[in-house]
Amino acid sequence: MIIIVTSLVISMLAAAIATYFFKDLLSAVIASCMVSLTAAVLFFLLHAPDVAMAEASIGAALVTAVFVIAIRRTKRYEE
Amino acid sequence: MRKLITVILLVIIALGIFISLQNIPFGISRAKLADHYIKNGQEETGAANIVTSVVVSYRGFDTLGEVTVLFLATIGLSAVLATLKRKEERKTEKASLILATGCKFLFPLILLYGAYIFIHGHLTPGGGFQGGAVIASAFVLMYLGCHEEKRIHEAGSILSESVGGLVFLCIGLIGLAIGAGYFLYNFLPKGEFNTLLSAGIIPIIYIAIGFKVGAELSKIIDLLMEES
Repeated sequence: MIIIVTSLVISMLAAAIATYFFKDLLSAVIASCMVSLTAAVLFFLLHAPDVAMAEASIGAALVTAVFVIAIRRTKRYEE
Repeated sequence: MRKLITVILLVIIALGIFISLQNIPFGISRAKLADHYIKNGQEETGAANIVTSVVVSYRGFDTLGEVTVLFLATIGLSAVLATLKRKEERKTEKASLILATGCKFLFPLILLYGAYIFIHGHLTPGGGFQGGAVIASAFVLMYLGCHEEKRIHEAGSILSESVGGLVFLCIGLIGLAIGAGYFLYNFLPKGEFNTLLSAGIIPIIYIAIGFKVGAELSKIIDLLMEES
């Protein structure tokens, strides 16, 4: 149990740091979607299913879709 | 140089949050109000889901404020995006047959799942906001898969959003008019526990919120995809 939670937290930190270092903005958006998804799984493991459903549906699906549409309208590569 | 200062500030903030969270014992109950909700929530409201009974019945006025904030955000977004013009015409390919058929097959199933979530909000985890977000993600699928073929029916979206908000308000005002006389008073009979028609006004409010949030989030996606 503690191994699962530790590996999830480490993957969330790695995805958050990778969001900063990606120059391709589409990859950065996918990494931040990974952060939201891991947060949803951790909320479920902490016995809060309502918060997990809200985070998964809004944070991982709709926010990522809005970001991808915004990248499509502006530029894709940083600097 | 600026990045170094940013990293140092982030480390200081993280240390501060870590130290202040160390002093909070995790898992023991400290709040008397939370104990009252857990002990008496089930027979006072009749809902099996305690989170739903807190969100809709005990703190229903805050939910009304949250619904109003979502409404204002949608209005602001449509006011800003209605005046933008599309810069250049982008070349989009027509979707292949497999993709279009798959999207059209999945769309009613995801809508059904979202409707299930907000209708059973007082029995299973979920509720109006989660069901509305799932419904909006079904519309995102239609916009991504069958681009330039179908769009959201304007009048239907506006109608479901307005009627959802008005139903919430009217049920609250009916509770004010009759009964013990406070806003959002639970005046319908509580019914048998753990069935669909129980917990008074809670399923009606969550159905109204589900329609409203689903219509609003779908309209935001529609505005962003087709701003012309």
